[in-house]
Amino acid sequence: MKTSHDLWKSLLGKKIPADWGREIDIFETEIQLRKQGKLDEKLFAETRLRRGAYGQRYDNGQRHDGTKVQQLKFPSGELTKGPMTFCDAPGMQRIKIPIWGMNAEQLETMAELAEEYSDGIAHVTTRQDFQLHFIHIDDTPALMRRLAASGITTREACGNSVRNITACPYAGVCPDEAFDVSPYGRALTKFLLGHPDCQDFGRKFKPAFSGCKQHACGLTNIHDVGAIAVGKEENGQLRLGFEYVVGGGLGAVPFQAKTFEIFMAPEELLPTTQAIARVFARLGEKKNRNRARLKFLIKDLGLEKFQELVREERKILPYDPRWTSLIEDELRNEEKPLRAGGECPAGGSEEFQAWAKTNTRDQKQAGYTVVTVTLPLGDITPDQLRAMADLARKYTHETVRTTVEQNLVIRWVSKKDLPALYQELKAADLAQGGAGHIFDVVACPGTDTCKLGISSSRGLAGELRKRLSEQAFRLDQAVQNLHIKVSGCFNSCGQHHVADMGFYGISRKAGNYTMPHFQVLLGGQWENNGGSYGLPIVAIPSKNIPTVVERLTGRFAAEREKGESFQDFYRRLGKVATKTMLEDLIKIPDHDSKPEYYSDWGDPREYTIGDIGTGECAGEVVSLTEFELAAAEREYFEAQVLYEQGDVQKSGERAFRSMLTAARALVKTEFLDVPNDADSIVAEFRARLYDTQKFWDPFAGGKFGQMLFLAQEKSQDPYHAESAHHLLEEAQLFIDAAHSSYNKMAAQAAAPKAS
Amino acid sequence: MEIQHLNVKIFAENSEGVDREKFTPVFHGWIQDQSGDELLLDVADYLHVPAGPGIVLIGEAADYGMDETGHRLGLRYNRKAKLEGSNNEKLTQALRSVLKGALKLESAPLLEGKLKFSRRELEFSINDRGIAPNTPGVWAELRGDFESFFSKAFPGNAIKMIPNPDPRQRFGVSVQTERPFDLEALLASL
Repeated sequence: MKTSHDLWKSLLGKKIPADWGREIDIFETEIQLRKQGKLDEKLFAETRLRRGAYGQRYDNGQRHDGTKVQQLKFPSGELTKGPMTFCDAPGMQRIKIPIWGMNAEQLETMAELAEEYSDGIAHVTTRQDFQLHFIHIDDTPALMRRLAASGITTREACGNSVRNITACPYAGVCPDEAFDVSPYGRALTKFLLGHPDCQDFGRKFKPAFSGCKQHACGLTNIHDVGAIAVGKEENGQLRLGFEYVVGGGLGAVPFQAKTFEIFMAPEELLPTTQAIARVFARLGEKKNRNRARLKFLIKDLGLEKFQELVREERKILPYDPRWTSLIEDELRNEEKPLRAGGECPAGGSEEFQAWAKTNTRDQKQAGYTVVTVTLPLGDITPDQLRAMADLARKYTHETVRTTVEQNLVIRWVSKKDLPALYQELKAADLAQGGAGHIFDVVACPGTDTCKLGISSSRGLAGELRKRLSEQAFRLDQAVQNLHIKVSGCFNSCGQHHVADMGFYGISRKAGNYTMPHFQVLLGGQWENNGGSYGLPIVAIPSKNIPTVVERLTGRFAAEREKGESFQDFYRRLGKVATKTMLEDLIKIPDHDSKPEYYSDWGDPREYTIGDIGTGECAGEVVSLTEFELAAAEREYFEAQVLYEQGDVQKSGERAFRSMLTAARALVKTEFLDVPNDADSIVAEFRARLYDTQKFWDPFAGGKFGQMLFLAQEKSQDPYHAESAHHLLEEAQLFIDAAHSSYNKMAAQAAAPKAS
Repeated sequence: MEIQHLNVKIFAENSEGVDREKFTPVFHGWIQDQSGDELLLDVADYLHVPAGPGIVLIGEAADYGMDETGHRLGLRYNRKAKLEGSNNEKLTQALRSVLKGALKLESAPLLEGKLKFSRRELEFSINDRGIAPNTPGVWAELRGDFESFFSKAFPGNAIKMIPNPDPRQRFGVSVQTERPFDLEALLASL
């Protein structure tokens, strides 16, 4: 859509790491191939998801406008970028913000992208990512290049892949941590990004780190794998390591993570996670997305069997020096303060004191504090991002991180600088207090932009935030510290299970109408890394939820025993009594007397569930072989383009490479660790597929396989126009034969076995 | 130099008296009508963000937003899709779109005539740092096009053009007229 794409490519080319640049070039080519109908929509959908380019509500071309369903006639007509997803429909771009957080340049880049490609807002998610909404698919390569030039990749931000590897944003500065998990998280992030063993999952895979067991900040219990820093005494010496947990996850069916190892030595962290990835790729569910997360595999196998399989896999893993070298490298990258530490000057306004109470947290390093910048609903403007960049430069070594509560933190702020920093935050409208306070409500995008949203989670969160902040510090202290989290549906992106009060969107029929509701959950625990999950109590019409919050908090404040937690109080009260106190709020008023109940928060349209689409959270399962064959097609296309441009040498090389990629795709069905050099690929192909006649055409026999062998023999010779052209023809035949061969193998695998 | 992706903002005169929440149903009404030549898709509410984009009517080729950037309420037209034609034609298209939108809002029954737009000031920017970084060089290149356009748009009315001096901001020019202009007459003249 923007006209400057080529400009950015030439302007930023040298600033982008070569492999990232190449990946973005490939993605750009894939967009073109999709537009030409040369790339299947299902395959393209998973491809773009793995680059973080996600679908958005109404991208199926239908939207209820409050009176009727409108067909949205996008200019590209029937062209799609995925099943039921029109090409010109705006989408969401997820941007992974890894454990190391963001520097000033990255904040400025985010500001520019939000302004130029999105709707003027950047959004922090509950998994510490950024998201930009209403992005045109054509703009994504330029957007990715601008991010890459500032050191951010969107690779594997969505799709069936290793998602953002997260950690407590206080890692390295928290007084309660066993040790700083950041270097280990960074090493695992670098190790797993694009790792071949992580490309064939049936579903996403989310790792997380925490520096301690007791706080919430890392939420390891809700992750597929979690590493919690621990220390143990051994022969009078303190050894540092991880309690390693597996199989956690929220979603419709939440699972608490189970302990895989009580103490894992740091050098085992990367290989064990790799072994888990291999077991998950091999045995995880691929057909039924609803049972494809690691938690289901562990449930089906049993923890012991799973552990056994992982340990066996670990033993046969080819040695990789990066298991330790990445960690060693990262241990050398220590964060440092910019300014001398000190004490906060006494006094200051009441307003400043109130803000400092909720939005600063002492570091373990004397004289320094972490400042939390509260973002309402996780949203920040471009001007605010630039202000954050200025502050990060002025007061710290650009140490800004994102949090699971959709806020930002600035680490290593000298306490001496707090009053001045506060004034500057205030000037940028970033000095809202109440971080982690009851009105710092967390919400997923819900019906605002998500295809799966049932009720308006952001609308409700905004309303609760407004009402609760008006009462702000008049609330009982125990109430002030409660957490509210809202999801637009049962899929838990708002993490409603681990809140004191959790809500997720549902709908209820009322005569001829449908009414937005929220299911109320109580008993969830935020502390202890999301230590326990809340259970649903009752479904309540959306418009009554603020009253639910008022009653639940009011009764808790009035009747709790000294030191009694919110969870304990409602456990003591019991479900029946709790439900009874909300009974009158369950009642559905009729449409004529209370029409406002039939529209959702912040959305005046008559409520409907007709806008719900098919989720793209992890796309459809596309096998590793299909991906690699698509890569071969793309390389072949590039070879054609090079030929057209007159670069016959590069065209010939790329055509040969496309044959190798197709051959490797087939070899990988039997031998995942095939090296990527031409000799190894061809040798393995010959032994496993050609000599065994698996790569055999019913009419042409081994002809197409021989084309690969011949191409390899001649690959050292210079290409000229005729030989490159000839090779282009053969490469296409070979890739077609590889597709046929794979289809045959897949059909044989799916056929019922003779007893 | 070719202009693309123009933004034009026309400022509200009386922002204190305006109920911002009403822009949401008004914009939903525009989607129901689909009376313009641009496909309108959805409404995004950012009123919770101080000095943010406010309420945005998302379109396929262009967005309209009751924008609060800089704590100044105004209607922003943001052209996203590429336009063919001369720079003069693109400036005309963007100004025409924002004026149409402003007049529609001023007469929206739900707003009860409480919203009035300035007749003396407009802000133009190019929402693409690739083609138009905010540098003196770009201003030197485009100044002539802007001057020529404004002298035709506001004949006989002295104008002041103030380029945005902040290099981190998008290339932009604030345009102030000596005498108030008539929105309808201006629209008709374009």
